[in-house]
Amino acid sequence: MSLTLSTCFVLVDDPDRALAFYRDVLGLELRNDVKREAYRWITVGSPQQPQTGIVLTNYLNSGPADRQTLEELLAKGVLGGVHFQSEDLDATFQQLSAAGAEIVQEPTEMPWGVRDLALRDPAGNLLRIAQAARGQS
Amino acid sequence: MSSQRIANLTHLRRARDLIDRDYAQPLTIARIARAALMSPSQLSRQFRAAYGETPYEYLMTRRIERAMALLRGGELTVSEVATAVGWRSLGSFSARFRELVGEPPSSYRGRDHSELAQLPGCILSELTRPRREQRSLRDSGRIKEARTTGAV
Repeated sequence: MSLTLSTCFVLVDDPDRALAFYRDVLGLELRNDVKREAYRWITVGSPQQPQTGIVLTNYLNSGPADRQTLEELLAKGVLGGVHFQSEDLDATFQQLSAAGAEIVQEPTEMPWGVRDLALRDPAGNLLRIAQAARGQS
Repeated sequence: MSSQRIANLTHLRRARDLIDRDYAQPLTIARIARAALMSPSQLSRQFRAAYGETPYEYLMTRRIERAMALLRGGELTVSEVATAVGWRSLGSFSARFRELVGEPPSSYRGRDHSELAQLPGCILSELTRPRREQRSLRDSGRIKEARTTGAV
């Protein structure tokens, strides 16, 4: 087997706000936007990774009790989102701050050797952005 | 009603993020409560209901977790670590560390931590975070009893 990552899913409460954030603040490209009843599946991704997509969705294959639980976990900030790399973490941090993003951790050298920042998406998912190693990205 | 509840949880999240971000600052519960748009007593009660410990306890475990990471690094002395994570007195840092970790910071610093080296860092900080609840549940059957009768 030789598998590659094609798609990962991030649950969001408000698809329009999520799209505005992932596209306009994080700079990802919009690749697909599917609507069905009250549900949305919005595919975004990095222009440098055409074969890897993130689907932002408010779809949950379950009943109202689970939906409520999930909404609470999201709002509480318990769910993890995706991790990114940036070639210039400090410039990324400046741009995110200027855009009013909810920064949880400013760029910090972590004890395990990574320099990264953390922020919330509008739904409450925790995203991390690390400085890419030279020549890696 | 439900959207009010979600808004409240969002405020609690911001309070918790504030602790995660500024744990090394002289944070007060009053300041954290302002960030959450609540009174200090509301914040303590609701934060505990949402996250299982009060904001003050969360701040303490956050600081001790960072202290453990710095001590594992082995480059800083115990008193440098205490200052770095927001304590002004070495004595109270050591007492709190001992309470949450079960051994004094100096002996924790001296131990072999190589078994943790293979874990991804962001997971590591979760796993090594001292957890009040787990220990107290282990130590005391009364908590379980109290839970089922709704007293906690």
